[in-house]
Amino acid sequence: MSLNDSVLSARDLRVEFGLPGGRVARAVDGVDLDVAPGEIVALAGESGCGKTTLARALLGLERATGGAIAFGGAPLRYSTRALKAYRRRVQLVLQDPSGALNPRHTVYDAVAEGLRIHGITDDEPGRVAEALSRAGLRPPEQFFLAYPHELSGGQRQRVVIAGALVLQPSLLVADEPVASLDASVRGEILSLLLRLKEEQGLGALVITHDLGLAWSIADRIAIMYLGRIVEQGPVEQVLTAPRHPYTRALVSVLPDSPVPEPVVLAGELPDASDIPGGCRFRPRCQEVASGAAAPVLHQCEGEDPEILGPESKPHVVACHLDRARMAV
Amino acid sequence: MTLLEFRDLHVTYTGSRGRLPAVRGVDLTVDAGETLGIAGESGCGKSTLAMAVLRLLPKSAEVSGRILLDGEDLLAMGWGRLRAVRWTGASIVFQGAMHSLNAVQRIGRQVAEPLLVHERTTPAKAARRAEELLERVGLPPSRARSYPHELSGGQRQRVMIAMALACDPGLIIADEATTALDVMVQAQVLQLISGLVAEKGVGLVMISHDLSVLSAVCDRAAVMYAGRIVEQGPAREVFANARHPYSAALGAAFPAIGDLAARKRPGGLAGDPPDPSRLPRGCAFAPRCAVAVERCVDESPELLPVPTGGSAADPVRTSACFVAQEGEPVVAQR
Repeated sequence: MSLNDSVLSARDLRVEFGLPGGRVARAVDGVDLDVAPGEIVALAGESGCGKTTLARALLGLERATGGAIAFGGAPLRYSTRALKAYRRRVQLVLQDPSGALNPRHTVYDAVAEGLRIHGITDDEPGRVAEALSRAGLRPPEQFFLAYPHELSGGQRQRVVIAGALVLQPSLLVADEPVASLDASVRGEILSLLLRLKEEQGLGALVITHDLGLAWSIADRIAIMYLGRIVEQGPVEQVLTAPRHPYTRALVSVLPDSPVPEPVVLAGELPDASDIPGGCRFRPRCQEVASGAAAPVLHQCEGEDPEILGPESKPHVVACHLDRARMAV
Repeated sequence: MTLLEFRDLHVTYTGSRGRLPAVRGVDLTVDAGETLGIAGESGCGKSTLAMAVLRLLPKSAEVSGRILLDGEDLLAMGWGRLRAVRWTGASIVFQGAMHSLNAVQRIGRQVAEPLLVHERTTPAKAARRAEELLERVGLPPSRARSYPHELSGGQRQRVMIAMALACDPGLIIADEATTALDVMVQAQVLQLISGLVAEKGVGLVMISHDLSVLSAVCDRAAVMYAGRIVEQGPAREVFANARHPYSAALGAAFPAIGDLAARKRPGGLAGDPPDPSRLPRGCAFAPRCAVAVERCVDESPELLPVPTGGSAADPVRTSACFVAQEGEPVVAQR
């Protein structure tokens, strides 16, 4: 896949934050990621791994300190006008519909806000009605004058999604779109994202800590650890036959996991201002601890496994041991 | 031996919107050394049930029925006896440890507090014991000198567990204790809790909206909807082979990775749980149910034994669903 074909792509993307005392947090530390048209990509990892910073950088909300972001082949520019035009095409969906909606605005106002910001005045009611109906709120006119508190949790999240759809974007970036919703409502929203993709070709980057969500809707998944994507590929392959030790551990602790032996990693994610040298996962790696990685340990200690490019192979893994095993 | 028993428990809140029945007749037992999972979504009454055990409900709550802990009626207890039972007889680990810990007090002092109140020990001994407890939950004893904001979410949740263990209670109630945690930290905490249950033989009541987690950790599971238990049985069986349409939907919300039938088919339900001030006349679940029959609209089903296809692992499954009681499938065929 060439850079031009994909809707949104990041190459060697870096976002650094200065901390007190001159330390630097490398929140996003060299990420390659593509989201192609009509594709749902899940970006998964634990809190603090940098996935939300990556999403913010992809939306131009956070300025990248290195690397490149391109949309439809053209590099992202940061002028106010360019960003405004960009955000018509790439829309953010926030995680908590109760917080994202103004309780004093009607559904109509909430959905029309984007149109007003972008100065689109022709046929406002028609556009709002179409967006609501695409988000599954039908008949849309019935919802125009409703207030958020009169809606169910699932309906509120649909209104938030309608607010993104009204500008007819080609891509949604959804940060934990169902994390604040009740279990029975999750399916409703996930089905909607899947339907928007299948019926209308809308692509989405879904940021989540929930691998079950990826299994439910995503085509591809990228697993992020400490600012870097460590494994990326088709969902069926990555989740049923994970190759990076970190992915294997994450999958292994799920109920009814396809990885038979649960691997509970000790400790927690290290600080992004103090990323271990060599392989960043080495200090917690179960393969290093068990000695299985002994033949490649010098590499794990001394060499940072290269950044993964999704264009090289469909399923890529940043692990010296995996490379040694694959080479055999 | 029965450790905890709810008998026909009702809890009704009175607020600006009138009377809101939160728990509507719950019968449940937990044996010593047993783990019981209670599943359900927000507003189903599961946290009210947990709070009722230690009488932590607000004054506006009207409670009837009985709650027996080691045969002693908690609802009839005097305050002095109740104070002794809290922490020593039963303790609760709440979700959101950031809000439950005192932000301006060192961790060690907070863990030692129940010991000082309940065990007539000296401050020095209590401090030493607090360090031991922190070690038991996998934190370095030096953490006793930290303040809550210096710890990560997973570490704070461990502190809450250390406090719950301080006075060796026979019963621990964990209310969404791992919900806010990341997958790996959740696995660490669940492993810790299961280990402690096995080692000390305490009874554990685990409350969660995630039936798949309960099925992995608990012996038995009870599913609650609109203040009632709608299904009860062995946790794994309730998750894998639900005999109530609501449990089936709750289970489908969290698919097993690798289950090809669930791939790109997110399961779920339309609508929200009913408003407790306006419950439907018949089965409370009927308006969202795909397999409801005429009878469900008019009559409220009781929790009764249901056929499960003769699985030996599942001698007594109960379900409050007319369809399941007839032995019919509870999941609509796609």
